Amino acid sequence: MTSQSAPRTLYDRLWDAHTVVRGEAGKDLIYIDRHLLHEVSTPQSFELLRDNALTVRRPVTQLAVPDHAVPTSERGGAIKGELARKQVALLEANCAEFGIEYLALEGERQGIVHVISPEQGFTMPGISLVCGDSHTATHGAFGALAFGIGASECGTVMATQTLWQARNRNLRVHYAGQLQPHVTTKDMILALIGTIGAGGGIGHAIEFTGEAVRAASMEARMTLCNMGIEAGSRVALVAPDETTFAWLKGRPRAPQGAMWDQAVAWWRTLRSDDDAVFDRTVEIDAAAIAPQVTFGTSPDQVMAVDGTVPAGPARALDYMGLEAGKPIAGIGIDYAFIGSCTNSRIEDLRAAAGVIRGRHVAEGVTAMVVPGSTVTKHQAEAEGLDKLFEAAGFAWHHAGCSLCVAMNGDFVPEGKRSISTSNRNFEGRQGAGARTHLASPAMVAAAAIAGHIVDVRKEFA
Amino acid sequence: MPGFTPFTAPAFVLAEDDVDTDIIFPARFLLHTERKGLGRFAFHDRPALLEAYEAAGKPPVLLAGANFGCGSSREHAVWSLDGMGLTAVFAPSFGEIFRGNCANNGMVAGMMEPATLAALQALAKTGNDLAIDLAAQTVTCAGQEFAFTVPDSDREMLLAGWNNTTRILALHGQDITAFEKAQRSAAPWLWTEETEA
Repeated sequence: MTSQSAPRTLYDRLWDAHTVVRGEAGKDLIYIDRHLLHEVSTPQSFELLRDNALTVRRPVTQLAVPDHAVPTSERGGAIKGELARKQVALLEANCAEFGIEYLALEGERQGIVHVISPEQGFTMPGISLVCGDSHTATHGAFGALAFGIGASECGTVMATQTLWQARNRNLRVHYAGQLQPHVTTKDMILALIGTIGAGGGIGHAIEFTGEAVRAASMEARMTLCNMGIEAGSRVALVAPDETTFAWLKGRPRAPQGAMWDQAVAWWRTLRSDDDAVFDRTVEIDAAAIAPQVTFGTSPDQVMAVDGTVPAGPARALDYMGLEAGKPIAGIGIDYAFIGSCTNSRIEDLRAAAGVIRGRHVAEGVTAMVVPGSTVTKHQAEAEGLDKLFEAAGFAWHHAGCSLCVAMNGDFVPEGKRSISTSNRNFEGRQGAGARTHLASPAMVAAAAIAGHIVDVRKEFA
Repeated sequence: MPGFTPFTAPAFVLAEDDVDTDIIFPARFLLHTERKGLGRFAFHDRPALLEAYEAAGKPPVLLAGANFGCGSSREHAVWSLDGMGLTAVFAPSFGEIFRGNCANNGMVAGMMEPATLAALQALAKTGNDLAIDLAAQTVTCAGQEFAFTVPDSDREMLLAGWNNTTRILALHGQDITAFEKAQRSAAPWLWTEETEA
């Protein structure tokens, strides 16, 4: 932890604070403060430990939870799918063997890694945090150096608490002005990806700045950072501020008492210097962003909901069954999914509920809400949101990744069209042959009611 | 992991941008917990592509499009490419986690300038073999040399066949301990659950 007088970005500051050894062949050995584990990316990581007779260096810095493979309905009793049951059981057994805390499927704290970690205060400003999941970028919303890694790296982190990593360049994404009503950070990040491309942020750590970012809640900031990876960046950051500290205070694993004060004093220093130099800056006019919806099979194939489908790669348009030149609004949908690590937090559920009050899902549309965590589920139920959703014809599920990655039994059938709050519209992502349009929770709820893609702003006109 | 040695072989061309890890390894097969045998799921939902790859004699080199391996961090994508017989992939750019996963599994992920790659693809399509030299970072094909890059530290690891994990502990165990001691004193809130050793 060096004190340098040269102006630095937030990313540089976090990087320097975690550098154990500098510069071996272009990489630094980075200390990892926290590691999240789930059932899909770690079976082979534990094998690496066993094969090399290694132990976990600091088990208390690790936290495990099943989320990808777990069923979101019929939670009682054993998991029906044999492979999923074995995979979840293997995570539990590995954690027991290596002394890692495991949050059981039946417990209150279970949920999607990127939802439960902030909820528990396991995610904090200033730390380095990794997980065998690309959407680990989510935690950068707290001003943490957080990035997704592969299974081999999960094993390396467990054994050494470090990783060799190449330092990224700095990309500042500045959102000037305020968002229009019914436009969200989901629209902000989709608009950015549409602007710079799915590979536009490769090699860069993004810092989000500007009025629209500062005005955003923690939930909204997590949505923004979550999809940094869809812009090609492994790291996405928002400098911590009073919004961050207020959200975190009193969380189960957040520092308490004098430790809290000491932590906050350091967290307040976590920002880019005014004269820090970014390698690149992208300016986006937040006030000009319309609700976004994807039309293709890459997140950068995205458009304003009031526009016409642009000419895109033939393969993508063919897969999606769309024609260039036709309005995107009015395209009929079969499925509506509210959930995923992008948009399954309490504010997302409230936003969707705000659209459906007193209305009903269109005939032929399968609509479902999958809260990001059991804590969130219970909070939503305490607010009566489950009743609202069910009255409107949405299925109310248990917490998990569900229809975002379609490996837990929830999937969209081949050729069917889904509008989804998740982060990827890749071919086959919501099921083999499924067609996915990404959008915000309010947009998904509005489409579910209308039975087709619709501009949510018109619902409130 | 054995170190990488130069070899000569034909290549398969997949000139499509943004081939993501869901295309390489569909999510529904992620329920498998082993690492061997995952080659059977590679490009599972792209039967036409697999057919063409088989017809080409399953070459060990892939010439891909930009942003290859973007998307999920799943290392299964690399394990499945390895399982289908691939040893090296060249593209104008890669998903970053994917590229790191390649290095950790002895797979060469070489970055090539788009124009260089296009020229190489044209030669490979007409049946020319590629001679791959990782130390020199060159591919030689039909008497011409094509440059590619692999980050220095990855190249070193690939050539030496290191075990990254045991190597860190052997070379930097004391550095890590020193870092931890300093952090424990500077940021004690990160250590509240641990008793002093």
